[in-house]
Amino acid sequence: MAGAAPEQAPDLTAAPEAVEAELPPGVVAQTLGQYVRAYTARIGAGESGVLPVIFAMFAIMVVFGAISPNHVFLSPVNLVNLFQQAAVFMVLAMAEGFALILGEIDLSVGFVGAVGGAITVQLVQPLTTNWHWVPAIIAGLLACTLFGAIQGTLITRLRLPSFIVTLGGYLIANGLFLYILLRGPFSGYPNLAGQSDSLRVIYNLMWGTIDPTVSWIGAAVVVLGLGLVIWSSDARRRRSGLVAPPASVTAIKVGVIAVVAVVVVAICNTNRANLGTLEGVPWVIPIILAVLGAWTVLLTRTQFGRYVYAIGGNPEAARRAGINVALIRTVGFALCSFTAGIAMLLYASLLGGMSNNVQGGQYVLYAVAAAVIGGTSLFGGRGKPLHGVLGGLVIAAIYNGLYLQGISSVEWQYVITGFVLLAAVVIDAVSRRGASSGSVTRA
Amino acid sequence: MTAAVAEPRATDEPLLKVRGLDKHFGPVQALYHVDLDLPSGKVTALCGDNGAGKSVLTKCIAGIYQPDQGEISWEGHQVHIRHARDASRLGIETVYQDLALADNLDIVQNMFLGRERLRHWLLDEDSMERAAGETLASLRVTTVRSVRQPVASLSGGQRQSVAVAKAVMWNSKLVIMDEPTAALGVVQTKQVLDLIKRLRDRGLAVMVISHNLTDVFQVADRIAVLYLGRLVVQDDASKFDLQKVVEYMTTGGSSRTNGARTEES
Repeated sequence: MAGAAPEQAPDLTAAPEAVEAELPPGVVAQTLGQYVRAYTARIGAGESGVLPVIFAMFAIMVVFGAISPNHVFLSPVNLVNLFQQAAVFMVLAMAEGFALILGEIDLSVGFVGAVGGAITVQLVQPLTTNWHWVPAIIAGLLACTLFGAIQGTLITRLRLPSFIVTLGGYLIANGLFLYILLRGPFSGYPNLAGQSDSLRVIYNLMWGTIDPTVSWIGAAVVVLGLGLVIWSSDARRRRSGLVAPPASVTAIKVGVIAVVAVVVVAICNTNRANLGTLEGVPWVIPIILAVLGAWTVLLTRTQFGRYVYAIGGNPEAARRAGINVALIRTVGFALCSFTAGIAMLLYASLLGGMSNNVQGGQYVLYAVAAAVIGGTSLFGGRGKPLHGVLGGLVIAAIYNGLYLQGISSVEWQYVITGFVLLAAVVIDAVSRRGASSGSVTRA
Repeated sequence: MTAAVAEPRATDEPLLKVRGLDKHFGPVQALYHVDLDLPSGKVTALCGDNGAGKSVLTKCIAGIYQPDQGEISWEGHQVHIRHARDASRLGIETVYQDLALADNLDIVQNMFLGRERLRHWLLDEDSMERAAGETLASLRVTTVRSVRQPVASLSGGQRQSVAVAKAVMWNSKLVIMDEPTAALGVVQTKQVLDLIKRLRDRGLAVMVISHNLTDVFQVADRIAVLYLGRLVVQDDASKFDLQKVVEYMTTGGSSRTNGARTEES
C-alpha cells in the first residue's frame, strides 16, 4: 500500500486530442510534421499564437492590393508610408501591452504620450528653450514615466480600478497637453520645421532614411545576430534533453526572419520619389525593432517579466509566492506610459510638430485594438510585444487601404476599426472559454 | 501501512510541536489550548467539522496568523513564525486548496515562481527546467506530458501534483495540504494519495486536512480531531475506525474513550 505503488497509468481522464490542442507545439513535437499538426490543432482550439494575425494581414494586403486604384496599395511608396503610419500604433500597442498583460487597462496612453511628445517638441524649439534633442527626449519620456507611476500608485495602493484612474488620467493629460502646447510663441503649434540640428533629428525619427547599403548591412547584422542566438539556444536545449522545437522548426524560424528582413529592406531601398531620390530604410524601423527587442527580453527573460505574467494570470498566486505585486504593477504602469511617450514622440515626428489635432482618445482604442488583434488577451496574463507590432500593422493597413479607396471620412474608419476590435475581442473571449473548459478544476 | 522510514528519526521529539495554542478573532475563540504533534515520516490527518478551526490552526503554523498564546517548537527549538516567509525558511510549505498556480504559466515557471534562478540577470530557464523535471520524476509524477505545459492544460490531479512538487522542491520538511482531494475524481484522488505516501516515505512530515474520511484512512498514520477549537484527540490511525472519528468530529468525544488526549509514544 505504501511507497511501492505500481507505475502510474497514463491519466485516463484527459481526452488526448483536447490535450494536444492545448499544448504549445514546441512542447510535444519531435518532428516537423508533428509540429505542424500540433500547431493546426491549437489554432482550431483558438490558442493560436501569431499565425492568424499574419494570415489576416496577408488577406488585407491581397484584397486592398487587388482593389486599390492601379494596385497602388502594394507600391513601395505606399508600403513604406503604411509602415510609418503603423509605427505609432505599434509602439502604443506595445505600451498598452504592459497594462493588458497585468490584467488591467490604461486609457490614458494617448494623451500621456502626447504630453511627453509636446514637452520634447517644445524644449528643442530654437526660439525658446533650445535644448539639445537628447535631454529633451529624456525629459519628455521622464514626464510620461512619472505620470504612469502616479497612476500605478493610485491603482495599487488605494486599490482603485485602473479603468477609472486612467480615465481621470486621460482627461488630466489632455488638459496638460493643451496647456503645454500653448506655451511659447507658436500659437499652439510648435513644429519641427527649422534649421536646428535638434529639430531635424526629431523630424527624422519618422522621415529620415538610412543609406541603402547601410540598410542591407544592418539587416544582415540583425538577421545573423538573431539567427545565431535562436539557433544556439535551441541547439543547446536539444542537446541537454530539454524541451525544444525540432531543428527544422528552428531553421524555419530563422529563415522567416531573414525573408522578412530582405523583403522589407528591398521595398524600402527602391526609389520612392517621383523626382529625385528617396530610398533606404526609415529610421523608425530600427527604432521599433529596438523597442520590440527590449520589451521582449524584459517580459520573457527577466524576473520582472515573469512576475508581470504571473500577476496577470493569478494575482493571489503571485502574492503567495512572495512577489511584491503592488510594486510590479506600478512599474508596469510606469513602463506603459514611458512606451506611450516613445509612440507619441514618433507621432509628433510624423506630423512634423504637435497640435491640438492629436487624437489621443481615439489612439487609445487603436492601441487596445492592435494589441488584442495581435493576440494579447484582454483578460490578463497572455500577450507579447510582438502582438502589438503585428496588430498595429493590421490597423494601419485597414486605415491606409480605406483611405486609398477614397473612404477617408472618419465615420467609416471608426465603424470598421470598431468592428475589427470587436472581432478580435470575441476571438479572445471564445478561445479563453475553450481553454478553461478544457481544464478540469479550478477550486 | 508499512511506513518504511529510511533514516532513523528522533522519535521522542516530533518535528513540529504545538503547545497550548490560543487564537481568537474578536469575541470568537477559534482555537483553545491546542496541542498538536507533527512527526517526520508520518502523515497526520487533521479532521474536524466546518468551523472547527482547522484552517486557523493551519494558518498559525504557516505564519499567516499570529497565535495569541502558546508555543510552537520546531526540531526541538521554540520558534516564532511571524510571516509566511519565516515558515518557508524553516521548511514548512503549505499547499492551499486553490493551489495558487498561475494558469498562464507553465509547470516550470509555476514551480519556481518567486524564487527564479538567474544567470547574468536573465532567467536561467535551462537549469530551472532540469530541476523541475528531476523533482517531478523523483515524485514519480509521470502523467504530465512535458514540464513546459501551461498549467491551464493540466487535469485537477496533475495540478495538485505540481503544487505538491512546488512545495517539496525547497527542501521542505513539513508539507501541509488543505483538502488535497476535494475537487478530484477517483483516478486522480488515487494519484494524489500515492503522492502523499511518497512524501511520507521520503521522511517528510505531512499534515493533511480533509473532510473525506475514506481518503484519511487510506493515507494517514496519525489522526487528530478538532472540535469547536479544541483538539479533542490525536493518536495512531490504527486506534480509530471511521465511526469513532465521526463521533469525535460531531460530539467532541467518543462513547468509548471520552475526551481522552492520547500522546504518541
